[in-house]
Amino acid sequence: MDNQGKIKIQCGHLHKTFHAKNRKQDEVNEVIRDFNLQVRENEFVVLFGPGQCGKTTILNILAGLEEKNSGTVVVNDIEVTGPRQDRGMVYQTTALFPWLKVIDNVAFGPKMQGMKHSDWKKKAQYYIDLVGLTGFEKTYPVKLSGGMQQRVGIARAYCNDPEVIFMDEPFGHLDAQTRYLMEEEIEKICNGEKRTVVFVTNNIEEAIYLADRIVLLTNTPTHVDKEYVVDIPRPRDYTSPGFLALREEITARIDTTNL
Amino acid sequence: MEDKKIKVEVRNLTKSFGNLLVLDNVSFEVFDGEFLCIVGPTGCGKTTFLNSLTKLYDIDSGSITVDGEEINPRKHNLAYIFQEYSTMEWLKVQENIEYGLKIKKFSPEAIKQRTDIVIQMVGLDKYRNYYPSQLSASMLQRVVIARAFAIQPDLLLMDEPYGQLDLTLKYKLEDELIKMWERQRTTVLFITHNIEEAVYLSDRIIVLTNKPTKIKTEIINNLPRPRKVSDLEFVKLRNQVTDLIKWW
Repeated sequence: MDNQGKIKIQCGHLHKTFHAKNRKQDEVNEVIRDFNLQVRENEFVVLFGPGQCGKTTILNILAGLEEKNSGTVVVNDIEVTGPRQDRGMVYQTTALFPWLKVIDNVAFGPKMQGMKHSDWKKKAQYYIDLVGLTGFEKTYPVKLSGGMQQRVGIARAYCNDPEVIFMDEPFGHLDAQTRYLMEEEIEKICNGEKRTVVFVTNNIEEAIYLADRIVLLTNTPTHVDKEYVVDIPRPRDYTSPGFLALREEITARIDTTNL
Repeated sequence: MEDKKIKVEVRNLTKSFGNLLVLDNVSFEVFDGEFLCIVGPTGCGKTTFLNSLTKLYDIDSGSITVDGEEINPRKHNLAYIFQEYSTMEWLKVQENIEYGLKIKKFSPEAIKQRTDIVIQMVGLDKYRNYYPSQLSASMLQRVVIARAFAIQPDLLLMDEPYGQLDLTLKYKLEDELIKMWERQRTTVLFITHNIEEAVYLSDRIIVLTNKPTKIKTEIINNLPRPRKVSDLEFVKLRNQVTDLIKWW
């Protein structure tokens, strides 16, 4: 993975500062300082960092949902200036359309692009099957559990045929056991449908379980602290010695640098 | 464990909501000063279990006794830490922590003394006069923990208190909790989804089944403290408990 493959995401010297107007003074909050990242085709990269370190902000900038102050962001050879359909997003809160059935949520992108009924239907069905929701096509999101809702979100992102998928802590609010289930699922999905994925989390187990490469971030103003290539064979075991050793190494690194 | 004094005794606890039987004839005891963790599969009724135990819910049948008497939240010194942060927004940190002591009609000197101790234990001395909305999530949970420990409860009930926290903070608070517990030897009943957390914290683990909930088994956890998640024995026990619960 290291040196082959086309570069999909190229992000250089990224800066981002938020300004908050206060009665007395302008509050300036520098969130990102000189952040650099390169992601190759079909690579699964995890951005890992402490709470409130700006992970979501970075992801939003990569996805074109947030403006940067300076630096370059090139995704798929195109300079990012706003959202595009070649970049899919899975949100922390599932952000499904509550008034649409599962299949219509999943098929939203293709439908908006004017795809033929029979085509989008077939396509949506494929991704619904892939995330294991067969039989729930006509169900509304409120009737699904948290884990199932997040699967709909994942299927929706894939169904739009993005070149790159951004996932912002998609399992953050699931309980520990459902989380393991979803991590196993996402691993299977990503094996079946190779895509370039940038995944944000603050859960060290999740990071090591999923990543080809972990990019460890600092506290704000955020930049890259260190990178770890994870070459533990898949499927990975949370309690294998190699897994635990890497976990310990990264945890120690966080303890000494951040807290 | 045999020579230990029984603090809480639960006999044949049954609870259903309408036709849905949630707790099916559950019996167990908690020993004095013990750190007991309860784990079970998602949706197995762990919270119902705790709510029935504290009489937040009426139970259908069975008995719960503390020190040989029927449990009574007015009489027994119970503290309950919920999944959600339950600080009182309109009270400052210090007032939040004093709240239980005031309700229990402690003298002003005792209130001050106890508040000072716990506020320092959780490292919030500087934040006495802050309101909850000015604090981060982990600080809020510390306020709640301090409030619980301030009344020196006979029984501390915790319902997945760290479920929503950042992992690094979670580990820190777990260690803090263990320190407080070792100092005060409070009896703790801790409910969690997280198997690693249960193995890290507990003296004993009760594993529940799916609904209708029964006790599947219990495991004595006498790994030496402080524990390390990468120790061979720790991993062995964690995998053993995982195998008992695994549904995913």
